[in-house]
Amino acid sequence: MTAAGSTAEPAIAIADLRVVRLGRTVIPGLSLSIPRGQLVGLLGPSGCGKSTLLRSVVGVQEIAGGTVQVLGLPAGCEPLRHRVGYLIQAPSIYQDLTIAENLRYFAKVLGTPRRQLDGEVARVLEQVDLTDLAVASAAALSGGETARVSLAAALLGTPEVLVLDEPTVGLDPVLRRDLWAIFRRLAGQGVTLLVSSHVMDEAVRCDRLLLMRAGAMLADDTLQGVLASTGAPDAEQAFLTLVDRAAGTPAARPGGSDHRGRHEKPEPHQGVST
Amino acid sequence: MSPTLTVATAGRVLQQIRHDRRTLALLLIVPCVLLGLLAWIYQNTPVFDSIGAPLLALFPFLTMFLVTSIATLRERQSGTLERLLTMPMAKADLVAGYALAFGLLAAVQALIASGFALLVLGLDVAGAAWLLILVAVVDCLLGTALGLFLSAFARTEFQAVQFLPAFVLPQFLLCGLLIPRDQLPDVLRWISNVLPLSYAVDAMRTITTDPNGTASVLGDVAIVLGYVIALVALGAATLRRRTS
Repeated sequence: MTAAGSTAEPAIAIADLRVVRLGRTVIPGLSLSIPRGQLVGLLGPSGCGKSTLLRSVVGVQEIAGGTVQVLGLPAGCEPLRHRVGYLIQAPSIYQDLTIAENLRYFAKVLGTPRRQLDGEVARVLEQVDLTDLAVASAAALSGGETARVSLAAALLGTPEVLVLDEPTVGLDPVLRRDLWAIFRRLAGQGVTLLVSSHVMDEAVRCDRLLLMRAGAMLADDTLQGVLASTGAPDAEQAFLTLVDRAAGTPAARPGGSDHRGRHEKPEPHQGVST
Repeated sequence: MSPTLTVATAGRVLQQIRHDRRTLALLLIVPCVLLGLLAWIYQNTPVFDSIGAPLLALFPFLTMFLVTSIATLRERQSGTLERLLTMPMAKADLVAGYALAFGLLAAVQALIASGFALLVLGLDVAGAAWLLILVAVVDCLLGTALGLFLSAFARTEFQAVQFLPAFVLPQFLLCGLLIPRDQLPDVLRWISNVLPLSYAVDAMRTITTDPNGTASVLGDVAIVLGYVIALVALGAATLRRRTS
């Protein structure tokens, strides 16, 4: 792990990011810096631009302006693709392979040596609690199980930055707790994690919160900091307070309150075909 | 680009097909059934011997085109393409992996279809049998390469399937099967000169009629292979890492 190396440089540095999708400005101009080794929660309602921001960080989003640097390099460049793990929101696994076959293939793509493939696959399967289903066909899995296989694939290798788009959505509370424990442990090892969620409860698990709405950051602080500045008892109330405050100031974007749903997911995902 | 990743990707694509027995059966058997039907329709006439080989170029080409288009489109839509593009995978590795996997499948398909035509249906051609098989394999590869390239422009399965009548059937109309290419109106002949299927069918016609046409057939094969390589390279070039 080289993450402990030049810690002075932020893990993720975004300046004036602007993203336009299908003629609609999704992110009007966003700047952000995330130091290494932090577990950062990106929270906001569906459709606020979380996925678009995460896609920009891994370098698969076409951007209209600004810069996105990860570990001091331009997002998505070749060397970074060995060092950044990404979980896409859609269940991005092959439905016509078994779970183990899926993970072996992704491990090979990451350059895992042949002798270590089995161990590597077993390790991530255990982390998402799917060891018993290793030989099951991906098509036979429930939505939550599919999401876990997808997450397991993102945990392969030794990424220095993990970008996870809603990794815990729809999961059993016990598994959610276990996954957050894994994220916490990875952060302890120097991995930077940027984890999105639309569930405000997950705020308590993070070192730091990014509260996002309509393509802009409402807050960028620790949970304690956000609660103190808003006087709210929890993240959800704090979010509402911040929305009300933003609406009351001239700085609020005109028409910025009606961005909901439908454009959040960049690619439509396809059902199981037999 | 890395050979390891290309081979790993090809292995994965073949693994997917292996799990999908019905697709595999359709791929390998349908061209034989169509050729058998053709031979039956034209029984007791010399027609099968004259069009059997050109259609042997056509049927596997069509099935490989469709399978490849849909397979790559599924990769795009399932999110796995986006995942792979954030991993240490060159675009060329992915496209070459697909080309290799479907190329192998295409070779098996062409071997079975041409073996069936020669041995079971008694297809009688002037040229050598190995040449017939070679051309059939190369034509399957052409179908795969065209599918890889065109699927970059399809956003939905509906569009991908429409590419068959839009981009493949015109090639069929102009390839010289309906009337010889030199009898086409000038403009249509020029168009047919730049369509790859024309050379595939030319090669098969030469094999059908000319016992000494090996050099001419190999020339056509080289042209078709040139198209295959160009289409695969274009397929990699048009794959976008960043999308809106």
